[in-house]
Amino acid sequence: MAELTSLFVRTVFIENIALSLFLGMCTFFAISKQVKAAFGLGLAVIVVLTLTVPLNNIIYTYVLKEGALSWAGLENTNLEFVELITYIGVIAAAVQILEMFLDKYVPALYNQLGIFLPLITVNCAILGASLIMVEKNYNLIESVTYGFGAGFGWALAIVLLAGIREKLKYSDIPEGLRGLGITYIIVGLMSFGFMSFGGIIL
Amino acid sequence: MKPLTFKESKQLLFAPIIENNPIALQILGICSALAVTVKMDVTLVMCAALTSVVALSNFFISLLRFYIPENIRIIVQMTVIASLVIIVDEILKAYAYEASKQLSVFVGLIITNCIVMGRAEAYAMKNPPIRSFLDGLGNGLGYSFILIVVATIREIFGSGTFLGLQVMPDSYPTNNFLLLPPSSFIIIGLMIWVIRSISTSQIEEDENPLKTHTFKPLVAKKEASNG
Repeated sequence: MAELTSLFVRTVFIENIALSLFLGMCTFFAISKQVKAAFGLGLAVIVVLTLTVPLNNIIYTYVLKEGALSWAGLENTNLEFVELITYIGVIAAAVQILEMFLDKYVPALYNQLGIFLPLITVNCAILGASLIMVEKNYNLIESVTYGFGAGFGWALAIVLLAGIREKLKYSDIPEGLRGLGITYIIVGLMSFGFMSFGGIIL
Repeated sequence: MKPLTFKESKQLLFAPIIENNPIALQILGICSALAVTVKMDVTLVMCAALTSVVALSNFFISLLRFYIPENIRIIVQMTVIASLVIIVDEILKAYAYEASKQLSVFVGLIITNCIVMGRAEAYAMKNPPIRSFLDGLGNGLGYSFILIVVATIREIFGSGTFLGLQVMPDSYPTNNFLLLPPSSFIIIGLMIWVIRSISTSQIEEDENPLKTHTFKPLVAKKEASNG
């Protein structure tokens, strides 16, 4: 349990998926003008990551990994080259199913997430987390923790950025920097801020 | 549709570099722009990989555009893009193993790079193959332009080398600020400033323009109430 907690803290703060690994940046910049929208998107990312990382972990362990198909009598098969297309398929399918499920059973949440759910399919944070999970060789329980932690960290980062950008509306920024330019610089500074967690040993 | 003239193709190819840059204006494909710019050689591999994927995916999706059903177009586009990325990934593993190790997950992440998806959706679905190919090539070059500038600044002023060769004198200390990944955000931010100072049409609207002399009536009112 202690190991899982430390994995969670590490994923949220030290290896924050948005501010240390720079994944999911496009949506991060595009949908961080208001805290409310940022919060909705963050929530959707948490849900999707917690679902897809373990799912991809299961598929990797029992189908794709070298020698993983030994239960089917195919010891020498290595399907790792179809990794990417499998994961993106799983993610697209999971998002689609989640969307239908929420629409039918939890309409309140569905309305809040709105357009963000389908957008998430092309968010690199989702595919990135699955690829990192494979690279670090997490088992199933670790991958659940990692998925949730990564989503939580991303949500935290986008809500923080949206908070700053809301305040920024009242400041007088040089013309050329207005909008996107200053946002880049703020994210850079936030990212330096998150680097200060790097020294923590768990 | 009219045949493609030389001028038009030049426009398609070069407009995305400054006028309509994917990273600096369209907010597309930022993720990988940051993590892969410490060393020039890795950056060049990434740029080549991305440019070829965008150009080819635009070409193939444009060829298929009359056969792709509207409802499932995202998944079809994904499949085309993912297949191209797998090919690029395998080629890199075979011929540029070191670079592919350093790029790690970022080659795979070209699939979800919004430039590829965005251009497929916005351009290739509506235009003939050759135009789409040029548009993809142009956007790939726009992406490469930003990445190469950032990587040049970071490598020369960060570690004092260029493509692994030493360019700064021995007395030049390593600038750790530029070697850290977040510095590329700040470099890109400043580049946007430069680009927008040159082509002023890109400047964004001020959402809350400051009014001059906002406080004057307030002060006057207060004085009046005191008196």
